[in-house]
Formats: sequence, structure tokens, C-alpha cells
Amino acid sequence: MTVREVALEAYREALPVLALSAVGGLFAGVVLGGMDAELQDVAGLLVLVPALLATRGNVYGSLGARLGSALHQGLIDPRFSFDDDRINAAVAAALANGVLISGVAAVMAVALLALVGRPSAPLTTLVAIALIAGFVSGLLLTIAVVSVVFVGYRHGLNPDTLAGPVVTTTGDVVGIATLLGATRLVLALGGG
Amino acid sequence: MAEFASQWSVSGIVRTMFPILIVLTVIELGSGLVLDTFEGTLLQYPSLLVLVPVTIGMAGNLGSILAARFSTAFHLGLLSFAATDDRLAGNAIATLALAVTLFPLVGAGAWLLQTVIGGAALPLRTVVLVALVSGSLLALLAIVVTTVTTYAAYRLELDPDDVVIPVVTNVCDVLGVVVLFGAVRVLV
Repeated sequence: MTVREVALEAYREALPVLALSAVGGLFAGVVLGGMDAELQDVAGLLVLVPALLATRGNVYGSLGARLGSALHQGLIDPRFSFDDDRINAAVAAALANGVLISGVAAVMAVALLALVGRPSAPLTTLVAIALIAGFVSGLLLTIAVVSVVFVGYRHGLNPDTLAGPVVTTTGDVVGIATLLGATRLVLALGGG
Repeated sequence: MAEFASQWSVSGIVRTMFPILIVLTVIELGSGLVLDTFEGTLLQYPSLLVLVPVTIGMAGNLGSILAARFSTAFHLGLLSFAATDDRLAGNAIATLALAVTLFPLVGAGAWLLQTVIGGAALPLRTVVLVALVSGSLLALLAIVVTTVTTYAAYRLELDPDDVVIPVVTNVCDVLGVVVLFGAVRVLV
């Protein structure tokens, strides 16, 4: 293949996926843009944003890849039930990872802000926000990933190519929207 | 079989993934700190705040797509690390072309959405320029980071599929914020 052929093929393959994730990212941005009041009220919240968004991709992208590989190997059936130990374990592990790492990220963010001498909301406020956002977004993303991978597989689509774009497009929107919801809830309950 | 069973137990999956997640979180908190330092500018111009998740996401995606293609080419024995390598050059050009195509649209989209919702404080031209400059720089950085990481994995005899994609995606996330910060400082 010549350089031109390689470049054209790579461009054509990636453009739709990237365009789709750009649309998801823009909607996530609109939610973040509307969060200016909360970002001002809770010092240090913005520090958490990249970490929480990346976690969603790392954890639930990996869940999608795991389910995709298992479907290809015939280890699991693409059916929704609570009887399959493998699916239950994969989902429980993803949720545990997603919630735990969100809490750890909040603790590390507060430590980091103290270290560089920048203002930060109380530890309990940021940890509460991160745990609630981590749990709710985890549930929503699990439903999204499992549904798309199973339904796609039943319709003859390759789950490996589905899981990535689904997580990158929905992950940002769900991640920021749940962060906003969790922040409002914690502020309403008197944190801050 | 024992190894197999552990792959599908909750504690097995958590034990494998959690250390990696901690490292990646530390990297991402670095970019969070950069965001925090220019929070004032972002809150003053919400169109720029709208650009934050999409710039992070696109940077990570550009890097991860390139990394996946390099890994596959590498496994198939199709990749040599010479500047004259057709596959290396072709994929690098495609990455740059994708960024130049999509980032101006992303900038225009951010401006349009912010105008509809809350009124934009910055002119369309500025937001598009910030997006285009950030995107082009990010594409160049993604090419360098991906090539260096894939080469390092090859020299250290690690499987590029396991190592390169998470490293490249998260490093590009961080670079996304740093580059956006730089572009805003210079252009706004």
C-alpha cells in the first residue's frame, strides 16, 4: 500500500467514530458549561473532571471488551438474566472498580490541592460527590454497554467495534451529567 | 483453569485492574490540576468550558485509534520504525487530517450550542481558531506519543495491545488539557 492509500483507509475508518464521539463530547461540554455555579461553589471539583471521565472509559470500556471476547469464545449467551455467574461477576467487578476509583480520585485530588496550596472543598464533600456520581454513572453505563453489546451481537455486529464508541460517546455525557446531579444533591444536603 | 477462573471472579478482575486505574487516575489528576489553574478563564468564557470534554475525548480517541492501528500492523509484522515506513507515514497523515477536519467543526459546534443556551461571550472566529490550533497540535503530539510508546513496548518486548492503548489514551487526555490551556492563553 502506498502512503496515500494507507492514509485514506485510516481516515475513512476513523471519521464516523470520531464524529460520533465529538457529538457526545459536545453535549457533555454543554452540561459542564451549565455547571459554572457548582464549579464555583465546590472548589476542586474541576480537578476531578478528567479523572472521572477517564475512569468511565477505562472501566466500562474494559467491561465491553471482556463481554465481547466472552461472546466470541461462546462463554456467555447474549441474554439478559441474573443467572449467569460470569456476567454477574464482570458487572460487579466493573461497578466495584468504578465506585472505588472515584472515591480514591477524590481523596487524591484533595491531597494534591493541599500539596500545591490551592483551595479545596472539604474531603467529605468531594468524596461524597465522587462516590454518588461513580455509582449512578456506573449503573447507567453498565446498562448501556451490556445492552449494546448483546443486542449488537444478536444482530450479527462485532461487539469489539461497538463497545468502544458507545463508551466514548455515552461515557462523557453520563459522566458529567451524574457529576452535576451528585454535586447538587450533596450541596442540597448541606455539604460544600 | 485456575487462572481462567480468577479472570471471571470479582476479586480477580478488581485485583488486576485497580493498580492500573490508580496510575491512570494520578496521570488524569495532573490534567485536572491544569484545568483548575485556568478555571477563572473557563468560567468567564463558557464556550471554552464546553470545549473541555470534547478536546480531552478527541485527543484520547485520536491517540487510541492510531495506537490500535500501529499495534495491529506491528503484530502482522507490517511496521518498521523508519520515517520512510509507508504505514507509519500514512497513519500519521490520516491522524493530522482527521484533526484538521473535525476540530474546527467541534469549535463551531461549541460556540453554536453555547450561543443557543446562554449567549456566547467570545466571537465564533476565536473559538474555531482555539479548537483548530489545539486539534492540530494534539494530532502531532498524539503521533509522537504513540510512535514512541509503541517503539518502547517493542523494545521492552511487551504486547502493544496491553500497554500502548491505555498509556496513549490517558497521556493524550492530559495533553488535551495542556494544549487547550496553551491555546487559550495565546489566543483569548
